[in-house]
Amino acid sequence: MSHMSTPVEPKIKLADVHKAFGPKVVLDGIDLAVQPGESVVIIGGSGTGKSVTLKCILGLLRPEQGSVTVDGQDVVAMGGRAREAMLRKFGMLFQGGALFDSMTVWENVAFGLIQGRGMKRAEAREIAIDKLAQVGLAASAGDLMPVELSGGMQKRVALARAIASSPEIIFFDEPTTGLDPIMADVINDLIVQCVKNVGATALSITHDMASARKIADRIAMLYKGRLIWIGSPKDIDHSGNEFVDQFIHGRAEGPIKMELRA
Amino acid sequence: MEFLASIGRVVLGFLAHVGRLTAFTATAVSHTVRPPFFYRLTLKAMIEIGYYSLPVVGLTAIFSGMVLALQSYTGFARFSAEGAVATVVVLSMTRELGPVLAGLMVAGRIGASMAAEIGTMRVTEQIDALVTLSTNPFKYLVAPRLIAGTLMLPFLVGVADIIGVFGGYIVGVYKLGFNPSSYISRTWEYLEPLDVISGLTKAAVFGFLISLMGCYNGYYSKGGAQGVGKATTNSVVSAAILILIFNYIITALYFGK
Ligand SMILES: Nc1ncnc2c1ncn2[C@@H]1O[C@H](COP(=O)(O)OP(=O)(O)OP(=O)(O)O)[C@@H](O)[C@H]1O
Ligand SMILES: [Mg+2]
Repeated sequence: MSHMSTPVEPKIKLADVHKAFGPKVVLDGIDLAVQPGESVVIIGGSGTGKSVTLKCILGLLRPEQGSVTVDGQDVVAMGGRAREAMLRKFGMLFQGGALFDSMTVWENVAFGLIQGRGMKRAEAREIAIDKLAQVGLAASAGDLMPVELSGGMQKRVALARAIASSPEIIFFDEPTTGLDPIMADVINDLIVQCVKNVGATALSITHDMASARKIADRIAMLYKGRLIWIGSPKDIDHSGNEFVDQFIHGRAEGPIKMELRA
Repeated sequence: MEFLASIGRVVLGFLAHVGRLTAFTATAVSHTVRPPFFYRLTLKAMIEIGYYSLPVVGLTAIFSGMVLALQSYTGFARFSAEGAVATVVVLSMTRELGPVLAGLMVAGRIGASMAAEIGTMRVTEQIDALVTLSTNPFKYLVAPRLIAGTLMLPFLVGVADIIGVFGGYIVGVYKLGFNPSSYISRTWEYLEPLDVISGLTKAAVFGFLISLMGCYNGYYSKGGAQGVGKATTNSVVSAAILILIFNYIITALYFGK
């Protein structure tokens, strides 16, 4: 938590964020500050609310309580134009890809450049092809439709779309899920490059501990609606937290009980 | 008490629904008049609604015109008023059947496909992706469809009027033995501009309602393929009911003295 003491204003700050769906409480008081240029990874069991956390920051879901600020601006109350301008800082890789299935692959990647920033199609296409190359896809894939791609290829297209406009803040929801180990490492390197070389702020979700160790400056673990541990990847093996221990070693036995019916 | 509570719940649910629809409509309409405009998407929706609905609307219109001629001939013969067939056909088509039948057919064809397309985009998070790419879904998805529906339905109804009258002419002349030129002059004789104008007004309103219901139900669909299916059904049923209600209201406004 050494970053907390620095005087810089955090890029993203969540304070006491609560989110429930009907009676089901998902987030129960999340506090997190992400510094500019920092890469934070959220880990945690399936269905604990990791994706919901990202959506609350983006304003796709509205927390019932608590505040979310980006560059010091409160985003929960933000509306219309101001939100559009705020979202221009962001790139988001959705867990399910969320590619526009009525458009070709390159049009998907170039969408933010053309619609969001009014760039010429030809110019945006160049950039899109370049981004596709960065995620290991040939230019010829650019003219295909998303349904013609494999699951892993769709994921990489979605990643290319998320970074296409060189955003200041990038959210990756499970960037390496469904990729082979080698490609997963290529993507890890790409994420590290976005943060280290381009200076973007990144908030990622992953179940892949190798990936988390590689891309994270800090790792936060979400359990039962709260961040129960935040620390640097080198400390995670001796966190002294039995929940974290169980999670990173993937043990069925431990304090975290899967809700299974016998 | 249980009973009262359940009534209360239904009423509250209904009011919440009406409130949400009103807010949706206001937002959607405000985006049709504020730039930036998506001309290509609007044009695409216009072609989809206007051009690709021509066969189904044309077919509906020609058979309606034909059956109108036949029915009114046999019916009116009972009081020796067969001469009114041409007038009945043209007035019924322009004032009522053209807009209502075209509206219902297009609601089935277009309203359903809009709800399915937007609903799928909702459940696969494509609408969320639009938002994060700084594109307003109302502007990008809803406004072009509302504009296209409102503009293209009058066009379709104009075509349906002509084809319907032509259907009546065919039956009148070739089956019932009317003189062609007197049938045509009878068609024009009692037709007033207001007959056509009221029909086209209805068409514009129906077009708006069809697109609105398609977009609204799609936009708020949830829960995977089943949710999209439900949105599709709801869009068609609600559009059809609204068409019938507004058909009465507009008729009363124009002709109900
Ligand atoms: N739109 C929604 N409506 C109702 N419940 C929701 C909605 N979105 C998420 N939830 C619920 O919130 C909980 C957290 O969902 P979330 O998608 O954030 O999980 P996650 O931590 O990302 O899990 P995974 O690792 O499997 O992706 C889940 O139990 C889910 O049922
Ligand atoms: Mg998730």
